[in-house]
Amino acid sequence: MKNVLKLLSLLVVISALWIGLLQASIIPQSHTWLLHIYFIVSLGCYGLLMVGVGLMRFPTCPQEALLLQQDIAEAKDFLKQKGDDVGSD
Amino acid sequence: MDAAKNKYSIIVPTYNERLNIALIVYLIFKHLPDEDFEIIVVDDGSPDGTQEIVKQLQKLYGEDRILLRPRAKKLGLGTAYIHGLKHASGNFVVIMDADLSHHPKYLPSFIQKQLETGASIVTGTRYVTGGGVHGWNLMRKLTSRGANVLAQTLLWPGVSDLTGSFRLYKKSVLEDVISSCVSKGYVFQMEMIVRASRKGCHIEEVPITFVDRVFGSSKLGGSEIVEYLKGLVYLMITT
Repeated sequence: MKNVLKLLSLLVVISALWIGLLQASIIPQSHTWLLHIYFIVSLGCYGLLMVGVGLMRFPTCPQEALLLQQDIAEAKDFLKQKGDDVGSD
Repeated sequence: MDAAKNKYSIIVPTYNERLNIALIVYLIFKHLPDEDFEIIVVDDGSPDGTQEIVKQLQKLYGEDRILLRPRAKKLGLGTAYIHGLKHASGNFVVIMDADLSHHPKYLPSFIQKQLETGASIVTGTRYVTGGGVHGWNLMRKLTSRGANVLAQTLLWPGVSDLTGSFRLYKKSVLEDVISSCVSKGYVFQMEMIVRASRKGCHIEEVPITFVDRVFGSSKLGGSEIVEYLKGLVYLMITT
């Protein structure tokens, strides 16, 4: 099944559950639209939270740049010995 | 599978990588002393003399270890892989970038992971502990993270790094997946891994570090973002 269909069917199931919950709830009719707003806003906040947490925990590797420079120097030396002129960066 | 009989074809598409290709070849030989492999350089008619350097490397390392299979001009990454595949004699194929953002020192961990798990695809991920990125500013990291969250939500891909292009494939699996992919650029990389995931391929990940030395010359502008979003929608609908 294409992913868009999977997502849509998930949406349908969630909507059905949502409507079921609303009908069983005690909140007066006039305020249900507020509930929808809260739900969507909290979804948005959750998304932003995921992005924010991921950003904070973004793995970095500054030591790798140094190691790479060493590797490059080693490689250039070897190739120069063998007579390969690879020029400069 | 008898480990002694595996051969790894490493496809490296190049364009103006006169210096980097020599460095990468040296590093591959350094880190794979015990493996049977070949390096297939698919050069798209580089004007900077990349092919001359490759020919010198062939004299140094042997024409059976370094294959130069050039094309007349820049024809795109997907077709470069297909072109390289035609000349690959190994039963495994590694794809990697030529600009040293992918370090050959991770090749043994790809191979090891595949032997341990029997996976059809081993993909490098920059986004887990043990992996990482260097050379990205805050904005770039933010875009990357946002793009990743969006892609995870919409596509459920089963891998943590969708746009990475440092991967090991079983040759038959790569041939099968690549024939059904039509996108270009990094969306192509996404399409490959998502299609493979949908087909039920056994995919494993290994952490890799990514040192971006060209950042600054490859801007992530509005048009890239639009392309990415279009790619996401396309993949959502067709996979």
